This record gives sequence, structure tokens and C-alpha cells, in this order.
Amino acid sequence: MTRPIAPPPRKNPQKRTRVPTLPSGLRSRAALGLAAAAAEGRFMLQGCEACGALQYPPRDACSTCLSIGLKWRDVKPAGALIAETTVRISTNVYFRERTPWRIGTVKLDAGPSVMAHVHGDVARGARVVLVNRLDKSGQGVFFALPMDGSADMADDPQLRELTADPKFRRILVTDARNENSVALAKAFADAGATSIFVGEPEGWRPYPHRAALAAVSNVAIVPLDVTDTRSVCELAGEIGGKTDILVNNSRFMRPGGIMDRGDTVFARDEFETNVLGLMRLAQAFGPAMSGRGADGVNSAVAWVNILSVYAYANMPAYGVFSASNAAALSLSHCLRAEMAPGGVRVMNVYTGPTEDEWHQPLPPPKVAPSALAKSVIAGLKDGLEDVYVGDVAKDLIDRWRQGPKVLEREMMAQAGEG
Amino acid sequence: MARRRQAYDGVVLAAPVTIPYQRFSTDTAHWWIARALSECLRTAGIRPADLDGFSVSSFSLFPDTAVGLTQHLGLSPRWLDHIPMGGASGIAAVRRAARAVQAGDVDVVACVAGDTNHVDSFRRMLSSFSRFAQDASYPYGAGGPNACFALLTDHYMQAFGATKEDFGRISVAQRDNALRNPHAVMKSPLTMEQYLSARMISDPIALFDCVMPVAGSEAFLVMREEDARAAGLTHAHIRSTIERHNAFPEDPIQMRGGWAMDIDELYAMADARPDDIDLLQTYDDYPVISMMQFEDLGFCAKGEGPQFVRSKDLTIGGDFPHNTSGGQLSAGQAGAAGGYIGLVEAIRQVAGAAGPTQVEGARTAMVSGFGMINFDRGVCSNAAIISGAGE
Repeated sequence: MTRPIAPPPRKNPQKRTRVPTLPSGLRSRAALGLAAAAAEGRFMLQGCEACGALQYPPRDACSTCLSIGLKWRDVKPAGALIAETTVRISTNVYFRERTPWRIGTVKLDAGPSVMAHVHGDVARGARVVLVNRLDKSGQGVFFALPMDGSADMADDPQLRELTADPKFRRILVTDARNENSVALAKAFADAGATSIFVGEPEGWRPYPHRAALAAVSNVAIVPLDVTDTRSVCELAGEIGGKTDILVNNSRFMRPGGIMDRGDTVFARDEFETNVLGLMRLAQAFGPAMSGRGADGVNSAVAWVNILSVYAYANMPAYGVFSASNAAALSLSHCLRAEMAPGGVRVMNVYTGPTEDEWHQPLPPPKVAPSALAKSVIAGLKDGLEDVYVGDVAKDLIDRWRQGPKVLEREMMAQAGEG
Repeated sequence: MARRRQAYDGVVLAAPVTIPYQRFSTDTAHWWIARALSECLRTAGIRPADLDGFSVSSFSLFPDTAVGLTQHLGLSPRWLDHIPMGGASGIAAVRRAARAVQAGDVDVVACVAGDTNHVDSFRRMLSSFSRFAQDASYPYGAGGPNACFALLTDHYMQAFGATKEDFGRISVAQRDNALRNPHAVMKSPLTMEQYLSARMISDPIALFDCVMPVAGSEAFLVMREEDARAAGLTHAHIRSTIERHNAFPEDPIQMRGGWAMDIDELYAMADARPDDIDLLQTYDDYPVISMMQFEDLGFCAKGEGPQFVRSKDLTIGGDFPHNTSGGQLSAGQAGAAGGYIGLVEAIRQVAGAAGPTQVEGARTAMVSGFGMINFDRGVCSNAAIISGAGE
């Protein structure tokens, strides 16, 4: 049975921080489909559109009928562990530092056999559930879990390498003033985070939920204004070396598109917070985090951006806010590439309209702060890169995947409805 | 069997050459191949510029292929081949070259396999060995072929009740054979106790289940029998061959190789039975694969490999001489030359020219090749039966 991980001891600042190393991230283009599926936590295999055969490893043609019509398909992830080994000698530095490492061959009920990492609680020859997760190199890999789960399953050291579990980690959530900050702080506390720093801009100005936020266990409210470079750098100087998960929850929004507004004042505020705020945070906290990607049980592990799903397709009623989120989305891809060498993942959580004053005139469904917080935690525990919260966000991404141009027309029609 | 295959009449394997292996080498694959080729041609009295056929196998020639080697080594062949089948390269080279000689497209083909082994070259090769290895096996612990064969071995043990000791019999016997081979990399005796207590590499694969990557090269000539006789060269006849790739893709994990598909043809073409085989050279990158070959090559039924090794003496003086030079497990794995080591030794054996490792009265040998762990199993397999000149 998995031994629960112990709270990490205080770090000795005189000791060298272990440099992050990575498993091999080299993949063929076809195999990148696995990473795309893992980014959303889906278990998918390549299927042939002509003959229906499922195949693995990913190929450029069907190995049953030679058709080139291949599509990734969600597959029932059940199978049996038909062989296993514990790798004790590895040629790759990342694994050398982590041996012994258990792997096995899983025969899927759906057909193919795959090689997979194997959880310590899986018995020899047992039935397993496979998950597709991103490893530290950012590529999708299969992991075999016990069919019915197990106590402390998430604490398996091999599995924890693939997740960004908040347990025993230190969190920074920006923007205490945001109405969802209480729900986020509570969710991290429930998930076992050691400390939860919540950044507060303009502390001299009262806001209704401050007392509730301060009452959450392990929360420390700290001054942080993401529009102020000095404020961001000061906080990074204090807690940058012990920030394991950073949740960029800062958001400035006002309704309106281009001609609704007489000037660019709100547009500047939106970009200042939503785009340049992300950049300031990344410049101040990013280097320390990516340097601490292999720093033990409480290594730096994830950067979370909470974005509007209208980053994908402009919603004209919130046209400039949408544009700022599109810029932030693009910037997040840049950040993801820059954080990759440290093995720290960037997770974007896309939400539709949230339950707050600025979305007051919009009809339901809207995303409640608790639902958003739940998705953030679940996404971290599954090591995801892309999380879509609520029906509006899920519906929009489906439409976007079917065709961005058609979606653009649909968004125009929504504008007409007001 | 559909149509009867043409026999390999009038063509022989001659001038077997082994360049002694080294653990590490600062020299290149070109250097190792040049040495084996030079030795082979010198034996046959052929000037390099007069050689009209050349077949090469190597993993570490990059960015060159057989093409670059012609200019590098001053050859002007009219027949050229490059065989990327790893452990199946030797027999594949024979099959192609023999038909070309028979057809008159070429007079003499020098078949050479060689690789160097730099301090870090094995690790570099593993990470991008094949697309499937890169995509679907190397990311899982990066154990390389050790881990892939550990899975096969684990499954084989569960399926057929094989024990570590059964595999140990293969490794221990080969070490015994290697002690007679002055060029073997492993020079100290190996006991069953040492085998069983060796450190684990990737369970159940332990140290003495693994080959030692080395630098080295092997070569032989494929030529007309009359030419070999005229030159007074050591030679052997090819009685039959088979080859198969990606056999049994539906098996969830490898339990058999392509030999199982074609073994009847191998015996029928040679008009031979398992009893006629005086010695067997299997491809032995791991003992489990040799055990599968005992089964798939018709010496015992599937699943009876463990019982077979318990009842046989696999040493040079035993009742089932196997991998008489020590094989890769004890002589070392010189990259693609690992696909030649058994064949070159078998040519010497059936010609009565094996010296210290000679099996008494050896007339007929079976050699099998197995190559390329593309993802989770070896893809290429082949085999040949060869006999001495008098047979």
C-alpha cells in the first residue's frame, strides 16, 4: 500500500536545490496526439475511420487497412497488467534519479497492448484503469492505476510526478478582492495545501468578503498589485522561493466593445491587469519556480491562469475584455514553453460568465466561485493544461473546434440579443 | 508450401573473420569495418578495388551508409547493399548476396558488420532507436532493451513456469564456452550462484542476462563454390534459409518469433530434421529469446523451453552445443556485428576451423537471427542451416 507522504521538512537554504531534469520529450508528430488528449485528461487512442481498428503506438496509416484516415477516439481505459518490470538501471538522468521505477505491459480490453507506468498499489496481473497524463517533459504517457483505487493513491511517488497535487504545497492566489478568492482559498485548504498566500491590491479599500477570506485556515493575506511592478517584485522577493503553485486570478473587466466606449481608458486597465499583470508575475515568480521544478515533495509544480473562454472567440458585448484574454491566452503559450525546462506546467482554466456583478445582466448558466475552485483543484490533481469550467465554456470550445469562423458568426448573433 | 524454392547450389560462405572486440573504442565504425573487410580480402587474395560486391550493417556509421563507405574505403562494387536489421543482418545478408551470386549479378560479396562503442554512444542510440521506441517505450523509465525484454521475460515466466535458474543455464553454459574463446570480452568463469545473486537491472533481468555493448566487427564472403575451392578458402554450404518480419502482430506481448511461421520450410528445404543439427547459434541478446528460439526452431514445443534446458548440456562438449563462441552474452555485443557473430562462428564450426571452440565432428549448424526492438518486441527474424564442404 502507498505510504502517505510526510510533510516536507523546512528547507535548509545552504543546501543545493536539485536541478530539474526531464524524461525524454522527443515524439513523432502523430504521438503528440497523446499530449493533446492528456492536456484535458482524456484517454484516447488512434482509430481508423475506414475499418474501425484501434492502434497503438500512433502511426501515420492504419496498420490493419493502410487507410490514412486516422482520428483520436476516447477509449474505455480498462485492461489487465500482463507483464511488469521494475527498472533499476536507466540511461536517462531523470529516471536514474528516481529508480526503482515500475512499468508494465497493459492489454487493453479495447484491443491494443501498451507500455505504461504502473502504480505501486496495482497487484501482479491485476485489472487496471489507465490514465493518460502529462509527464515532466510535457508529453502524454499512460499510467496504470488500481481498478478500484486505493488509500493514499495520489501519494504514489511515480504518480505524483505526473500531477500538480496541492497537498503539502504552498500556493499564491492573486487578487483577494476577486469574489472567487474565498472559494479558491477554501478549496486549496481542503486539498491539503500547507500555506495559501492571497495577494491583495489596494488594501486600504475595504471589500465585503475580506473577513471570510482571512478566516480560511492557512491563509495569509499579503499585499500584491499586479499592475505595479514594484509590488510584484517585493512579494516575489519574500515568497518567490516557496511558491509551488501560482494561481493568476487577477482580472479587470468592464462591459462593452469598441464603439460602446468613448476612449481607451478601460481597455488600458484590462490589458494592464489581464495581460501585463500575467507578464509581471511571470517575470518575478517564473524563474524561481522553474528552477524549483524538482525540489522534493513541495517542488514548484504549476502555474494557473484563470481566463475567460472568450479568449477563443470574441464576445462583442465584452469585446475588449475578450481581446485582453485572447492576448493572455497567447502569452500563456509563451510562458508554457519557457517553464517547460523546469518541468513546471501551465494550466489554463477557461470559464464562461461567472456569478459576479460585472456579469449581472447575463442570463444563466453562470459559473459559481465554488465550481471554479473545484475545477482548479481537480485540474491540478490530474495534471491538466486545459480546463473548461461550466456549460458555456464547454459548449464554446466544442463549437470552436468544429469551426472558428462559424463560431464567429454565432458570437455576432449573440451580440444582437444583447 | 506453394512453390518449391530454388536451392543455393554452387554458392558458399567463405573466409570467416572476427576482429577481436573491445569494451570501448575511440575509433569509428568505418575503422572497425575497414579492419574486418581488409582481413577478409587479404585471406581471399582480392584487391579492394577488384571487389565487386559489398554488403554492410552498422548502427554507428551516421551520417554515412554503404554508399559513403565505398568512397571511404576505395571500393568500386557493382552490387551494394545496406542492411538495417540489427541482429537479423547476417542471415539477411547471406540471403540477398547468395541469390545475386547465383544469378551472376556479382562474383564475390564481402558481407561486413561492425560498430564502434564510445563511452556515451549506447545511451544516445537508445533514445531515438526507432520511432515507436522514441514514442512509446523510451519514455517509460528509459530502461532501453533491458526493460522491454524484462517484460517479455516476466510474461514468459508466468506463462510457462520458467525460473531464473532456467535462464541461468543458458548464460552459464555460454560463459563456459567463452572461456575457450581467447577473444571473448568476458574472461572469468560464471557459476549458477553468481548468476542468481547478480544485481537486478530490470526485474527479472539481472546483470548476467544482459549483453555488454562493445566495439568490434565480423565479416565473410559470399562467392561461387568453384572460386572458393580454387582459392583454398574455408567455406560452408547454405542448405536453407527463412526470413520473416513483424510476425504475429496480434500477440499481446511477444511469446514467439517469426521462425514459428516458417520453420517447416527451413527443415524441408534443407531436407533435414532437428536431430541432424550438430550445433545451434541463436541470437542471444537475452536468454529468454534463446529459449524461445529453442521452441520456435523446432527443438522442443512452445512452453517446453525450461524443461529443454534442464535436460540438455549447452556447452561445446555437451549434447546440444549452443552459441559456441560464448555468444553475445559472454563475447560481447558489437552493435550490428551481433547479427553476425553466430553465423561467422558457425561457418568456422562446420568447416572444422573453429580452433579452441570447435565442436567435435560438427558438420551441420543452424543459425538464427533476431533484430530490432522497434517498440515492445523484436521485429525481424530469420534462420539458416549450413553445412561443411563434405556434406
